[in-house]
Order: sequence, then C-alpha cells, then structure tokens
Amino acid sequence: MSDPSLPLLVVGAGISGITAALEAAEAGRPVVLLEKEAFVGGRVIKSHHYFPKLCPPSCGMEINTRRLERNPRVRVITQAEVVASRPIPGGREVTVRQAPAYVNDRCTACGACSSVCPAKVDDSFNLEMGQVPAIRLAHANAWPHRYLLDRPACPPECRACVEACPHQAIDLAARPTEETLQVGATVVATGWRPYPIAKLPELGGGRHPDVIANVQLERLAAPGGPTGGKILRPSNGQPPRRVAFVQCAGSRDVNHLPYCSAVCCLASLKQALYVHEQYPEAEIAIYYIDRRAPGRNEDLLTRVAAVQSVRLVKGKVGRVEPSADGALLLTVEDVESGRRLEASADLVVLATGMVPNLDHGSALDVKRDADGFGRDSVELGLLVAGVARRPEDVASSVRDATGAAARALAAAGRRA
Amino acid sequence: MERLGVFLCAGCGLGDALDLGALESVTQESKPAHLSRHPCLCSPEGVESIRQAAEQGNLEGALLGACSHRVKQQEFRFDPAKLVVERVSLREQVVWSHPAQQEDTQQLAEDLLKMGLTKLAKAKPAAPITDTLAPAVLVVGGGQAGLEAAAAAAGLGHPVLLVEKSGSLGGHLGRTRDRLPQGPSYEELEPNRLADRIAEIQAHPAIRIFTSARVRALRGQPGRFQAEIETLKGVESVEVGAVVQATGARPYDARRLPHLGYGASPNVVTSEELETMLFAGSLRRPTDGKLPERVVFVQCAGSRDPNHLPYCSADCCGVTLRQMAAIHRDYPRVETVTVYRDMRTPGQLERFYAAVQSHAASLFTRGEVEAVEGNGHLTVRLRDSLLGPSLSLDADLVVLAVGMVPNSADGEAIRALRDARRRVEKAESETQRQEAQKLVDQLGHHQGTEILNLEYRQGPDLPLLRYGFPDSHFICFPYETRRTGIYAAGALRAPMEAGQAAEDGWGAALKAVQCINAAARGEAVHPRAGDPELPDFFLQRCTQCKRCTEECPFGTLNEDEKGTPQLNALRCRRCGICMGACPERIISFPAYSVDAVASMIRAMSVPEEFEEKPRILALMCENDALPALDAAAEKRRQWNPWVRVVPVRCLGSVNLVWIADSLSRGLDGVILIGCKRGDDNQCHYVRGSELAHTRLGNIQETLTRLALEPERVKIVELAHDESERIPEILDGFAATLEDLGPSPLKGF
Repeated sequence: MSDPSLPLLVVGAGISGITAALEAAEAGRPVVLLEKEAFVGGRVIKSHHYFPKLCPPSCGMEINTRRLERNPRVRVITQAEVVASRPIPGGREVTVRQAPAYVNDRCTACGACSSVCPAKVDDSFNLEMGQVPAIRLAHANAWPHRYLLDRPACPPECRACVEACPHQAIDLAARPTEETLQVGATVVATGWRPYPIAKLPELGGGRHPDVIANVQLERLAAPGGPTGGKILRPSNGQPPRRVAFVQCAGSRDVNHLPYCSAVCCLASLKQALYVHEQYPEAEIAIYYIDRRAPGRNEDLLTRVAAVQSVRLVKGKVGRVEPSADGALLLTVEDVESGRRLEASADLVVLATGMVPNLDHGSALDVKRDADGFGRDSVELGLLVAGVARRPEDVASSVRDATGAAARALAAAGRRA
Repeated sequence: MERLGVFLCAGCGLGDALDLGALESVTQESKPAHLSRHPCLCSPEGVESIRQAAEQGNLEGALLGACSHRVKQQEFRFDPAKLVVERVSLREQVVWSHPAQQEDTQQLAEDLLKMGLTKLAKAKPAAPITDTLAPAVLVVGGGQAGLEAAAAAAGLGHPVLLVEKSGSLGGHLGRTRDRLPQGPSYEELEPNRLADRIAEIQAHPAIRIFTSARVRALRGQPGRFQAEIETLKGVESVEVGAVVQATGARPYDARRLPHLGYGASPNVVTSEELETMLFAGSLRRPTDGKLPERVVFVQCAGSRDPNHLPYCSADCCGVTLRQMAAIHRDYPRVETVTVYRDMRTPGQLERFYAAVQSHAASLFTRGEVEAVEGNGHLTVRLRDSLLGPSLSLDADLVVLAVGMVPNSADGEAIRALRDARRRVEKAESETQRQEAQKLVDQLGHHQGTEILNLEYRQGPDLPLLRYGFPDSHFICFPYETRRTGIYAAGALRAPMEAGQAAEDGWGAALKAVQCINAAARGEAVHPRAGDPELPDFFLQRCTQCKRCTEECPFGTLNEDEKGTPQLNALRCRRCGICMGACPERIISFPAYSVDAVASMIRAMSVPEEFEEKPRILALMCENDALPALDAAAEKRRQWNPWVRVVPVRCLGSVNLVWIADSLSRGLDGVILIGCKRGDDNQCHYVRGSELAHTRLGNIQETLTRLALEPERVKIVELAHDESERIPEILDGFAATLEDLGPSPLKGF
C-alpha cells in the first residue's frame, strides 16, 4: 500500500494527466505533475476542434490551467522525465531529469528575443509544417506562458536573444538538472503518438505532399496553424477541390495496428465538416470499413451524412498514387459491390491510429500488453490512464483519468 | 477596503509606451497607502517588493498595474484572506494593442487604473465558511457503476450508503455468465466475477447496503445533505455529503419493433432474453423447446433510428459478440449470423471481434433488416446487404440487439408539470387554466418517475441532456453536473459498456469525495474550483421576483412560500448569474458585485461631445473572450482606443444596470462578448450566454423608448481560439457608433 502522506506522481500532462492530477489535488492530495514538453496540453491542444461539439480544446484547457495555477497542492514540472525509479516503503523514489532551462521563469513572454533570433527551425507544434524562430512561444496559449529555445539550432556564438531580453531570463549555458522525489502512487498518462504515415507507402504516405495525416489536417484547420487556419494543399498552396479520407489507415490491420483506434472515424467526420465549412463546393469522400460513432456521437454521423457534398463509401482504400493531372488516384475495394473502384482526389487524409507512448525499458517499467498499451500494477501503486492504457477519445480519457486518480488515492489508503 | 497599495510595472514596454509618472499622479488622487513602480514587477525582486510593502503598510488590497491577470498567476498569488489582488492589464489591453506615447493610449491606461482601484476599494476579503461536514457518500443504484462507486468511495476512506431498488445487487451484469475481455489477449470471454465483488462490498465495514429501497427525499447541500431512505422496514434519515446516481439503463421496449417480429413470434427475443437463457444454461427455441440450429442477431434493433433511439447504445455490438462466443463455446453445433450496419468494436475489442469472426460457426453480414417474418421458423429479410441488394436468411431464433434507455427522471419536466398543476388550481382566467392544463397533459407521463426526490426549487431530479441522459455537456469535463454534489455514473450518464461503467463509478466517486472536501474548505467546485467567495443576499430588499431562483443553472436557490430565495451556499458555483438576474441588485460576491462594476463604469472618463472621442464599454467573458483578447494583444493586433474592457465571470453575471448606467453616463455603446450559446454551447455555466442574449433582447425595447438606437448595445459570440476576430469586432462596433454619432445622453 502506498504512503498517503507522499504526493501522487502523475507522468504526462496531456488531458489525461492534467485531469488525474487536478482531480486528486482538488480532493486534497499533494500532486507532482511531470511533462516532457515545455508546455502542458499534450495532443489535445494541437487539435483544432473536439468532436462532436466542434469546440476548441483551448477553452477547456483555459479552465484546466487556471485550476493548475490556483491549486497550491499541485507542482508542475515541465521538460521533465523520470530517469530512475526505485521502490521505497509506501511508494517509490524517482529521479526526475529536467532539460536545461535556457529560458527560465523570469520570462514574461514579451517576445523581445524572438524578434531578433536569426535561426529558424521546423515548427514542432505545427508538426513540422512551417518554420519558426529557434526561440519562440510554442503556441498562443502555451502554459507555462514562457518562451522556448531550440538550443541546438543556435548559430555558433550567437547571443542575440540574451542581449535582447530585458528580464535576464535566458541562460544559454543552462545545464540539465536532476531532482530526487519521494512519491506514493503513480499515474502514468504518457498518451500516444500518431502511427507514422511513412509506414503506409502504398497509401502515398511520405511519398506525396498531398497525402497527409489526420493530425496534420487538425493543424491546417487551426487558426494557430501553419496556414492560419486555411486548409490548403501542401503541394501548391491551393484550396482542395476533392478531398478523400482514408479510414483505418494502418488500423484494424494485422500488418500495422491490429486494434481500432476508436477516434479516427469521428475525427474524419469532424474534419469533413472543417473542409465543408471552408469549401462548400468541395467534394468529400470518406472510405470506411465501419462507421464507428458510439453513443451520442451518432449525431455527428447523422449530421455529416446529411451534407450533400460528403459521401460515405464502404470500402477499403488499397492504393493511392499520383495521376497524370497532378491529382491522386485512389484504388478502393468496394465491399458492397465486390468491385474495385477508382477515385480521384487532390488531398488525401489518412486517418491513422494511435500508438501508445510507453517505451519498453523506461524507468517506471510499466507492464505492457501485446499492442504496447499499459496495464495497471496496483500492488506497485502504478496505474495507467488515458490513451497510454487504451485507444479512446477525450471524454473517455478524462473519465478514465479521474478513475485512475481515484484508484491511485485508494491504493494510498487514506481518506481523500 | 481602505489600505490599498498601487504597484506599477515598467517592464515589457510599459515604461516606454506610457507616462508612468502621470499615471502615478492620477492614482495619487485616490490617496493609496502605498505607491511604487518596479522595472519588472513579476520578477522575484518585484514580487518581494509587493510582499514587503503589504506587510509594512498593513495593506488589505494591492492593485497591480502590469500584465493580464491570466499570466504570472503563480508569481502574484497571495493569501486572498490577507491581501486582495486586483490586476490591471496595462500590457495586453494598453501598450501591446495601442500605439505608444499617444494621448488616447495614456487615457486608456489611466481609465483602467482608476477602474481597477475603484473595484478594489469595493472588494472585501473572502470569508469562507469552513465546517466539519458529513463525510458519507450516498450511492443510488446497485448495478455495476453503483457497486464500483461504493467500493471507490469506501476505498477513499468515506462511509457509503448504497441504495438499491430491487432485492439484490448486481443489476444487468448480475444476470450474465461471461464478460467481454477486459485484458490481454482480448480474444477470450472472461468469467463474470461480479458475485465475488458483491461479497467483498457487502463485507466492507464502511458500506451500508439498503436493498428494496428508494430515496424518499433528499434535501440540503454538499456536505450537508439529508436523505430519507425508505426500505421495507421503514424510513431512515441519514446525513450525507454527496451523491452518486448510478441507476443504470433498461433495454428499449422491443414491443415497439413489430416489423422485427417481436411479439408476433415467440422465437424473436431480445438480447436480454437470450441472456436469461444463456445464464440458465438452456438455449432453447421458445416455440418448441428445441436447440436452434441457426441464431440470427439483428444489430441496431431500434437504435440509430430517428423513430426509436436516435443514438447508438455503444454496448450492443459487444453484447452480441459475447453471446455469439458463449453459444460457440456451449453449443458448438449452433450457427450464428449477425446482421449489422456498422460493427462498433473500438479499441482492443477489435481483437475479440476478429476472434469471434474467425470462428467457423459465425457469419457477419452488413445489411438493413426490413422484416422478420414467420412464426416457428423465421425469415429475416435484408436489403443493402454485402451479399446482394435483397436477401433472406432462415433462422430459428432471432435475437434483437436492442439499445439502452437511461433510468433517469427529467427533473426540469417534473418541476414544470408540478408548476402547471398549481396553475390549473390557481388560474385566474379560463384561458390560463386551459393553457396550464395543456401542459399538464403534455407532461403527465413524468408523474411518479422521481428518483432522487430532491427538495429543490428547480425540480426533484437532475436536469437531462439529450435523449434522457443526465450527461455532462462538456467534453473536457464529463462529470460536470448542474446539481452540485450529485454526480451521474454509468449507463445512466451515457450509453456505455459494463467495463466502462465500472470505471465511471470510480470517477464519479472521486468527484463526490472531492465535493465533500471542497465544501469543508468552503471552496467552490468546478469550474471555479478553490474559489472561497460566497454570494451574499441582502434579502431585506428582495421583491420576490424569483428571477434568481429561476435562472441559477445549478439549482442553488430554493424559495420560501413567499418566493424569497433561500441560499444553499455550498451548491453555489460562483458564476454570478443570480447577480446578473437581480433587478434589485441585492446579490454580491466579496470581490465581484453589481456595485463594484457599476463603480468602475463611473470611474471611467467620458469625453464631452465636442472632443469627438466616443467611449465604449466591453464586458467580456473571462474564460473565452478575454483570453482571445490577450492572444490578439500578444500578436500586437491593435484595436480602437476608446474601448474599456471589463472582464466578467460569465455574460450571465452581467446586470442590466451596468448597461443602463453606462448609457446614462453618456457612453456611446456597450458590447458584450461571450461564449457560444445554443445546443453546442461553450458556456461553462451552461446557460450564462443564453440568458445574456435573452436579457439583452428585453433591454432593446427600453433603448428605443429612451430614443437611443438599439445598435448601441451589442452582443457577440466569440470562441477561445478566435483572437483574430478581436480587432474586427471592436473596431467594427466603434465604426457603427461613429456612424450613429455621439450618444444624445452625453453631458446630461
């Protein structure tokens, strides 16, 4: 049993980790929340809108960051990872390594540094679509609201940002730090990464610029994205006229991911609306095996199915290749008729699935199943929440993370 | 509040863009107890300077003229009981969004500081009521979700009272043999170990179980609910701190599906009826008692159908797969066929689907079932099947996978019914009586459906979302409920599978426990978690108009016989919607009140007509609109310098007197910017934005009467990520006002 006087450790500050941390802290328990990135919010903050409501994730995140900063029981450590862990009575002792704080918390986000920075790097927040200064605010609502320096991109001897900063917030010589923490139970909420489209060359993944992943379309549709929210074909910057969504791209497929990622159908339905709202004339086709819209999400399917320019076609896309006119040719096995169809599109969105972010041999040594999803070790006070545990959508992740926080506190056996 | 300190920041360009000396002179007019300027107020040295000044000068309040209140919160966090902090956004709202060293920019900064000082002077330190409260959690419903909620709350150290309507625990899951796989390899059925779990819960010393029981009454507030539990032995009154409602769901009534043969042939059964056979170990055709040769499962029977259940029940595909696997195991000679529209097996349930699919005795076909015909031997007619445009399948047992209907009660409808009944009795005219009677007829079917029996003005049960589920409206906050301290869990809340319902019980139990603890600390729960302020009602001036009791989205207020509101402070979520509703302006929070904002409006400069400088008040929701404004400022977007922004907790907290005061002071226009309303509303207080629109509709007539153009008051919806619209909205409004010309009330 974990020691209730020790703080709960939550690893990962995406929607699941933030939820687990806040729900435990608001119940009265001290919590340490670790995040690998420089800002909290994980994958959700990179989404344009949530399904089925089509509301911006930053709205709920605003509430959550207010909760984080106002709660005296939560300590958030960003750019941090657990590098070692050993059991102690009632919990574990973890070594937390924090990346060098090139920009420290004296930063006021005034932007003086960014305007003088000569180095450009790929914009990781926008999934490498577009470039940004090496020192920048990761995104408009980044929390902690502090600039971020991609130090390896600095030109030799360059000190432009240091000299421009009026607040002495930049230290180019900063070193990584390590800290030892004693914690009780642990909730692992390290989330997921998209299945790489480069592994789907037969679907044009990594081969043609107009074949993109669903997560990229989120950024293209977002006001803070590389195109300022305009959905444009990467190859020529032109509006798409025919958009094809390829469902189960690498999912429900023994050669790739044998499981269903649970969110891709709804994500594509939602994204079809993004396209339709920007380009009412665009022809949109969604090629699916099953349309999975459980619960009230069915309403979104009904709503999209009623849009005239959207066609839902039962069929598995087997091949995507460039055609002579610069567009893309899709070969679809039409399961209904048993025939092969050919279809043309100028933007193809691969609805790729989710791969759990739980690497083998990590310091916490979370038990994993054959698909790489984490399993609870209640006896070790180690619980897994969110997509690190199973493929699921945001609302389910929040439910799951609240439950995991409860299980973690109960494992610590004290009135919460 | 009298001993105030003013702290100006010169960093982030403030010192360059503004004449801080002049601003200091302006604040000096109100004789603050302390006034200082720091080159970077948020630096550790700057924060220390505030701390020291507060201590030495015994300050009660600190006005920080620096950046937006949304940034550097942790740096500027002081104990609110000792030092009330008001932040004036000179950075985002002034220097980042307006040209430097201009008269209008300076005037804007001056106004904002004066407004902030006025607000701070009106603030009182929060005085939360803290108390030892009832720690027990009441769980209503003893199925999967309720059992786990009980185990969870007990595991978190709280006593539990578990009330179950029937004679035994377990619900639907209590009548099944197998479960869907909950872990690797995800390919095999698991034995249902619910009986062991029930035994554990029954043996738990902190859990009291009431079977054949119901909640006869529930009154009070978080931490202090009083529940009357009625059992066969009598009524027991207990104190509880919070409630989890987990009353589950029931199968859709298959008698409404005659086209699928239900009722016409005994060989057409529902999934639940098949479950009974499998549980008893006797799969038989009802007509002749023989083992069926072929069982056909019809998915979405009455689901995803606008005439029946428009939603997907999320569970039926899994149930069918489980039943197919059980048949394959127990009756190897029986063939199973499933007709589906879409097989919905998300996540690793896909592995189980693949395993069942690969079984020799199973066949799956996509199709729409048009009819099930015959009596003993049945024919299932399909169209649009994978196997052809029309097809018939022979079957000797047809299983309808019907969806789930929540066991909920529509609190708001029951309340409307009760009100209508009262109106029928007390109607003054025959027309009134008839109208009320019409409503009674419409809502009559809600009679006797009560579950929680809340003694709340706004109805005896949770308000429902779509399709009868008391689900949360928020994707980010699935447990959010409109009755503080009462949380829905399991299939009652939303369609879900049994494993998810178990987890949901744990989540809801934590929310219940959290609410009890927050109540004990005197703090609000979501979304203003930790807020220690409580509203104050100056009831001597109440006119019993009932607007507050009516409009509170959280059912905080009850009424006495005369209609005077009775505050249940611990149900309050601190949104201020009651404050916005009150025509007598008698509701206030220590640091947020009608008077405080009205005083801010009075503190603002209003140039004379000849100066040709209109003045505009922008009341902006602090959760979505204000962050968008900050983001626009951070991108150095500029907007009209005549706009004065006052952040509000919710547009619902906007009292119309603020608009009236503004206009009568000669302000040229008032704009309200807040969240999206309607079905997909983004208002964190659910109804705030909606109410603001309604109230504003009412004020438009008044404007016309005062010979003011209705265009002078405007309401705009803005989402959190729409910062790019800010300049266009504010400049556009300013342009409209310029076209209208100066307010005719200027100078009166």
